[in-house]
Amino acid sequence: MSKSLRFLVPLIIFGALVILLMIGLGKDPTKVPSPLIGKPVPEFSLPALTDPERRVEDEDLQGEISLVNVWASWCVSCRQEHQALMALSKNSDFQIVGINWKDDAQDAREVLRMTGNPYAMNGHDPDNKVGLHWGVYGAPETFVVDRQGIIRYKHIGPITREVWEKTLEPLVAKLKAEG
Amino acid sequence: MIPELGHLALILALLLAIAQAGFPLAGSLTGNRPWMTMARPLAYGQLAFVAIAFAALVQAFLASDFSVLYVAQNSNSLLPDIYKISAVWGGHEGSLLLWALMMAGWGAAVAAFSRNLPLPVVARVIAVMGMVAIGFLLFMLLTSNPFERLFPVPPEGRDLNPLLQDFGLAIHPPMLYMGYVGFSVAFAFALAALIGGKLDAAWARWSRPWTTVAWVFLTIGIALGSWWAYYELGWGGWWFWDPVENASLMPWLVGTALIHSLAVTEKRAAFKSWTVLLAISAFSLSLLGTFLVRSGVLTSVHAFATDPERGLFILLFLCLVIGGSLALYAWRAPEVSEGGRFDLLSRESGLLLNNLLFVAFTVLVLFGTLAPLIYEAFNLGKISVGFPWFNKMFLALAPFLALLLGIGPATRWKHDEPWRLTKTLWIALALSIGMLALASLPAISGGDQWVPIGIALAAWLLFSHLTLVRERLKHKHGSWRQAMLADFSGNGRSFYGMVVAHLGVAMFIVGVTMVSNHEIEKDLRMSPGDSHEMAGYRFEFLGAQKVNGPNYRADQGHFIVYRGQRQIAELFPEKRSYLGGGMPMTEAAIDAGFFRDVYVSLGEAVGGGDWALRLYYKPYVRWIWLGAGLMALGGAIAVSDRRYRTARARRTAPTEAVAAKA
Amino acid sequence: MSALIKSLALSALLLLGSGVASAYTLEEFEFDSPEQHDEFRDLIAKLRCLVCQNESLAGSQAELAQDLRNEVYRMMRAGQSEDEILDFLIERYGDFVLYDPPLKPSTYLLWFGPFVLIGIGAFVVVRTLLSKKQTQDDPLSEAERERLQALLDAKHAPRSPDS
Repeated sequence: MSKSLRFLVPLIIFGALVILLMIGLGKDPTKVPSPLIGKPVPEFSLPALTDPERRVEDEDLQGEISLVNVWASWCVSCRQEHQALMALSKNSDFQIVGINWKDDAQDAREVLRMTGNPYAMNGHDPDNKVGLHWGVYGAPETFVVDRQGIIRYKHIGPITREVWEKTLEPLVAKLKAEG
Repeated sequence: MIPELGHLALILALLLAIAQAGFPLAGSLTGNRPWMTMARPLAYGQLAFVAIAFAALVQAFLASDFSVLYVAQNSNSLLPDIYKISAVWGGHEGSLLLWALMMAGWGAAVAAFSRNLPLPVVARVIAVMGMVAIGFLLFMLLTSNPFERLFPVPPEGRDLNPLLQDFGLAIHPPMLYMGYVGFSVAFAFALAALIGGKLDAAWARWSRPWTTVAWVFLTIGIALGSWWAYYELGWGGWWFWDPVENASLMPWLVGTALIHSLAVTEKRAAFKSWTVLLAISAFSLSLLGTFLVRSGVLTSVHAFATDPERGLFILLFLCLVIGGSLALYAWRAPEVSEGGRFDLLSRESGLLLNNLLFVAFTVLVLFGTLAPLIYEAFNLGKISVGFPWFNKMFLALAPFLALLLGIGPATRWKHDEPWRLTKTLWIALALSIGMLALASLPAISGGDQWVPIGIALAAWLLFSHLTLVRERLKHKHGSWRQAMLADFSGNGRSFYGMVVAHLGVAMFIVGVTMVSNHEIEKDLRMSPGDSHEMAGYRFEFLGAQKVNGPNYRADQGHFIVYRGQRQIAELFPEKRSYLGGGMPMTEAAIDAGFFRDVYVSLGEAVGGGDWALRLYYKPYVRWIWLGAGLMALGGAIAVSDRRYRTARARRTAPTEAVAAKA
Repeated sequence: MSALIKSLALSALLLLGSGVASAYTLEEFEFDSPEQHDEFRDLIAKLRCLVCQNESLAGSQAELAQDLRNEVYRMMRAGQSEDEILDFLIERYGDFVLYDPPLKPSTYLLWFGPFVLIGIGAFVVVRTLLSKKQTQDDPLSEAERERLQALLDAKHAPRSPDS
């Protein structure tokens, strides 16, 4: 390296740092990708929220495309999301399966009664027994599961129109085409 | 009305800063003397207006003027007055204003204390500081105006984060910022020298006291932060390797390298372009730290409320300031001659190694702090880097630094002989090896290999520096005490400052070693009347009662600590709920001692008058902060050296008061 | 107004996120021996609380941290090894949960990267040192020459080097 080029090194290093920080600004450090993507859903069996006699199990996710939505009545963003879910529940390409997470069953049923129930079924997980295995760390979270019961995507935070149109809808269409 | 005045003062300060950045620099390049002489009045003027803005914000806090958004967010009418003042810098906007105030203060200090410097140099230095000030003032005015009004006016403020309602934290940010901003002076001197094309020993001589003063502040600031975390966070740790802490550590590490490198440049005119690069880096890392803390790219316990827009602004600012100065460096530094040859065994080599190690530490901290970002940016997955990584990395290098620290100061400039060095240091070496053997005894080491290593390294620093003092006084007249006093009031202060600072390092090593390996932590459930014995201390729990503070309610535990039969302390740990809301806070109760702390932290009530709580025994933990304090004291002693004082005495203005303020 | 609400919300988040000061204790967990207790505490100190800003499971008050602590405790009591517990958590939460990332190909960058950088730096410094010995006298300015002379003179004076 020639002598005068050597003095450019700090500037080059700084340039690289700036690029890194630029990328960093566009990312949300609080989002953690799930290592479960591409893996089968964890085995689970939860009592159904609306009917404790029935159970919601991993086998219920076989044969149909599912949006597994982790929610709770105490969670503010879940209420924002609720309307979107209601609209989506009319779509017959997939089923919406709820995991009612760290919640009081009474409160949760009340929410469904008042604002409608978009869920095909709802498992009640009051003490995070199943959530732990799904790597849930907050509500709302939504997993996209294909017909073979493989987790294909995880969305953290509420489903908005933008999220649905840009990310989830194309994914569901793709899964549908896969057969 | 007053907040608007504050806002106006900020705008005027910005205009003055623009003039300050423009005219003196243009004058120095064209030889226009009147323009150059504008530098000083403009620097004073900028300080005056920023000070007015700051006073306006302080007034808004003292008057609990909740029509000001920032006050409504960070204060509360119940807040004690002292915390109303410290709440001024408790949030993003106000802490920026504090930065700006200090920036202007350092600029004015340079203006005041540079009367014996050539005018073009002063003009350039002040102009560069003006440029940096523009960035901060613009940032505040465009994205983070502390004077923004709120309508409708809320009846009550949201309260200062209870964590910050503490004396240690009230003074920690000002100290820290004094350090960060202080490095802007060294930065400005370096840039001025690059612009002027005159990088010589004189430049280093001028920068040195400023750099050391900034470093002293930063050292105190970091130590205060660590001390605060220790007693306020309630789980007894003193350093967490959180991004915010790392952001303050990086400029400190490079600043430490800079102090040493400046010594070589001043004495031997060597390392010139390297020293300039360090001066640029120290301040650049201060700015980078600001970005990391306020942009939200990293998750940190102490992060400010973040906002990508602010992040983008700071990034742009970083590009201009750091990118611009490094480009200037790449352009001008190749012309700098590297004078002062030296041999492999010489003080210069030692200091070069010192610099290498400090820069290596900086690289470690920067890399560890940014690694999660690097992994995410390149889609390598999401990782966490925490204390295990940093501890391992630092322990891999730190012993070499301590070894070198015992040898370096004993080495001669330019050339030294191995046998001479051996002859000087062999007693210190033998004593340290003796300490190594002694500390290896299981009774002392507790079976851990780091205890003897740490103790021996600390002993090595102690004995080698005592040897230095002895050597220095050997040929002087009178008793060693008289000789030392004469030497001290003569021109020996920078030497004694160095010794004190290095002994601070020794003390720090002992503290870290002992507390990391010998601390005891117990989780207990205690009923009133229960006693628990730990490390020779008996903790008796008398019970808990409700107490009321000015703006909180608390459960207060009552403990008596006995050593044998003797009562040594009465402790009142609290668990507080602040009326402003938020989570409960624990206020640990600590009986501090020179050789150990005992520490009680109240958990939660578990029924029947029982409490869950934690007891800690922390041997030598104070030595960590006392060591840092000695380092800072050493710096302060070195700055008072006659070399700098004679330069000052020539001036007529009363300077000491301002120096203390600066 | 919406900017205001946003910033108030952000500050509220900040306040919630800073629950670091709230202590809890491990008293609720019972162990057979003090060693097991220490092992447990060391383990949870190395695990990240995922919902917190930057805290370990040991330091956090968050509910999820509590759940994970309980799970780690349950697994430990069931006799599972530390590695098994770590694998369990990594499978579900990813490497992000570890404050002490294990050495494996994807973390080579983390563990060796800085040393490569430092090694390059050290190489340059050593080379500079060695080349210093061989280069001819750099042209010194008059002032520098004088200064050097003064230092050389000082060196012969009978006193030890000062700072």
